[in-house]
Amino acid sequence: MRIELRDIHKSFGPVRANAGITLDIPSASILGILGENGAGKSTLMKILSGFQSADSGEILLDGRRADIRSPADALRAGIGMLHQDPLDFPPLKLVDDLLLGSPGPLRPDRRMAAREMRALAERFDFDLDPGAYVDALTVGERQQLEILRLLWLGAKVLILDEPTTGISLPQKEKLFSTIKRLASEGMTVLFVSHKLEDVENLCDSAAILRQGELAGTAKPPFDTGTLVRLMFGKELPKAQRSRAELGREVLAARGLCLDSLRLQIKGLDLSVCAGETIGLAGMEGSGQALFLASCAGLERAVSGSVCLDERDVTSRSHHDLKRRGVAYLPAARLEEALVPGLTLAEHYVLSEGGRGFFIDRRAARERAESRIASFNIKGLPESQVESLSGGNQQRALLSLLRDDLSLVLVEHPTRGLDIESTAYVWSKLKERCARGTAIVFISADLDEILQYSDRVLVFFAGRVSPPLQAESLGGEELGRLIGGKGWERFGEPGEAPRAAGRSEAAHA
Amino acid sequence: MRSDRTAKALFQAAAVVAALGITTLVLAATGAPPFAAYANIAKGAAGNWTVASDVVVAWVPLLLVTSGLLVTFTVGLWNIGIEGQITIGAVFATWALRSCQGAEVSPALAIALAFAAGMAGGALWAMLVGALKTFGGVNEIFGGLGLNYVATAINIWLIFGPWKRPGVASMSGTLPFDQKLWLPTLNPQSRLAPVAALLAIVSIAAIFVLLRGTRFGLKLKATGKNPRAAYLLGVPTWQYMMASFAICGALAGAAGAVQVTAVYHRLIPSISSGYGYLGLMVAMLVNYSAAMAAPIALFFAALNVGSIQLPIVLKLDSALSGVIQGTIVLFVILGEGVRSTLAARKKGRTS
Repeated sequence: MRIELRDIHKSFGPVRANAGITLDIPSASILGILGENGAGKSTLMKILSGFQSADSGEILLDGRRADIRSPADALRAGIGMLHQDPLDFPPLKLVDDLLLGSPGPLRPDRRMAAREMRALAERFDFDLDPGAYVDALTVGERQQLEILRLLWLGAKVLILDEPTTGISLPQKEKLFSTIKRLASEGMTVLFVSHKLEDVENLCDSAAILRQGELAGTAKPPFDTGTLVRLMFGKELPKAQRSRAELGREVLAARGLCLDSLRLQIKGLDLSVCAGETIGLAGMEGSGQALFLASCAGLERAVSGSVCLDERDVTSRSHHDLKRRGVAYLPAARLEEALVPGLTLAEHYVLSEGGRGFFIDRRAARERAESRIASFNIKGLPESQVESLSGGNQQRALLSLLRDDLSLVLVEHPTRGLDIESTAYVWSKLKERCARGTAIVFISADLDEILQYSDRVLVFFAGRVSPPLQAESLGGEELGRLIGGKGWERFGEPGEAPRAAGRSEAAHA
Repeated sequence: MRSDRTAKALFQAAAVVAALGITTLVLAATGAPPFAAYANIAKGAAGNWTVASDVVVAWVPLLLVTSGLLVTFTVGLWNIGIEGQITIGAVFATWALRSCQGAEVSPALAIALAFAAGMAGGALWAMLVGALKTFGGVNEIFGGLGLNYVATAINIWLIFGPWKRPGVASMSGTLPFDQKLWLPTLNPQSRLAPVAALLAIVSIAAIFVLLRGTRFGLKLKATGKNPRAAYLLGVPTWQYMMASFAICGALAGAAGAVQVTAVYHRLIPSISSGYGYLGLMVAMLVNYSAAMAAPIALFFAALNVGSIQLPIVLKLDSALSGVIQGTIVLFVILGEGVRSTLAARKKGRTS
């Protein structure tokens, strides 16, 4: 289906998310939509898929004016959107998830739906069982389920929003081959991403948005420099790997055993020194978040110990560890880290735990202003945190950290951030390393893991690799480990990893 | 900004009119003369000094309870158990007064002890709900509701058992206290105790300041809006929930002590008089902010007192005030929902 977007405008208060975007997308093609955070990509896609309505402008499908007011309208018109976080129903069976959005009689024919689903899955070589439960699937498989669901509902246009976040390399390859096949069969695909490499590898053309406007379009062969210039209006220097001096041992996990509903980690050993950065790699839900939470005092260990500055803190509370200089930054910023409805200034008052019964509003405001300035946050002391963009929320989170930390634990430090914010976040984290703070972070982005870590732990279904030197670890090898290949050399599961894990050996 | 506020005021006025409209329909459907009913309520609430002072008598416990509920609502808790907390506060106050009656204690000290005991009792009863929630995983709504029945049962048992009147126990409650132990009122006929009114005003003012300008209040707010993030930011969340239960329970207990020392001068079976549930409605109506609590509570108290006339004059049940209060709360909340939906839509269209 051919899509024409004509002069689309959309504002949120004073923010112009889309300012007169006109795009012509031919059928049977893959269009990459590039742009930094807040460039207007998501808004444009939400307008096309009916989640939001445009203030003005029109959408033409195969030359006919379409009136799209809801996601159901969009689906009826043949437009399906695959969201960054799959919009599915974990407690349901796959076949019921499929049936949920479908029009039809009160009593759906589950057997027929299951048969059709199986046939579709076979066509695309997806390993999905209609009788299984959604919550047993990996993120990549949940994407596959969503794709099947949209195809089954008759989508002729597929919008994919940052689909390569959080899935493994093999799953990404499969996703790309599926997208290419769909396009060759006549599907129009819109691929929203901020990963240049993905767009370069996959797309037939690219549209670059900047500050709500169409900055330009490009055709293959893509020139990375041109794309970056269009996205940011300037070229960005590549962040340098900086190596901090390593100091005393800050964190030591010995024989740590952790248990959650879905997986167990047995006998994890790790020693982290002051100034060191450890990357935790693995597919989402492989145990890395569990390990990080246990280091933060948020998850109880079954056995083994965690020592902080040579003191055993194994079953101490999070607040106790916080007092000893541990900070924990969760990935879900608005859900877990910030309080929607409170202002930036109020967050600083909360986090600094100052004395006195009454709040000194003037001092709080001044403190907020200086933090906002030094962390370059686009917001005011009285801005409520939910009104900030993702990048600014992450900056706000960093600005809430105390100065004298010995250990910072971060989940997905730059998830959903554009290149500029990513570089900024890491420059702030590395500044701390230089002052002797150790950092342990989780990331789904292989480049991030390789670029910023000194050593890497790979998690796979609860198994943990010994610490690996990031410098000598290639992206391909890391990808294979994340995908569960090449683990034989680490010995049997449950066996304590070799002494290679000790940092003295690693940095000798 | 200003048009926002105007729109809000207009919607609230419309909500009150709509609520009165519904009430009028209810009255008309039962064949009662609606306007005579309203006139009687107005006369019953402000017709002379006696009824006007009765309105203040009802306003005091209502405002105490509402002040407490603002704290629990701020921390994100639904303290349905407020009724039981008033009752247990009254029981503790009665116990203190009974203990003082025989002893050589000055009346002022006895009454002060009664208030202290009432507040402690209410706080304990509320913290029981909090402990059930924190350590037992019992939702505070279910725990509170259950403990309301337990509180009523304790109250009835005391009135008909250990504390019964000499001779035969009666629904009219325990034997009245010695007149020395009554909270001093304006004049011997009035039930309006200036000290109680002062206590209510001080409470709502203190809660206003607490929620607006203190670290404690900010931490309560953070816990109410996002407990997980508040915990990670360093707020000891369950302790703050317990503290808010204790504060709310203490204020509810004070309301119970007012009922015992100033209004009934004895313990009666329905000592809480439904002020807890009414307080929940006031708190919802003022959208959980302390600034408007006092006038709205006064209005609700006036409706309650005014409708006492209805059975006598018009042979209507006094529950009519409840109908008006309930529909006003519903319509104001509904109006707020409609207004914000419309505002969002308008914003999307014009900008």
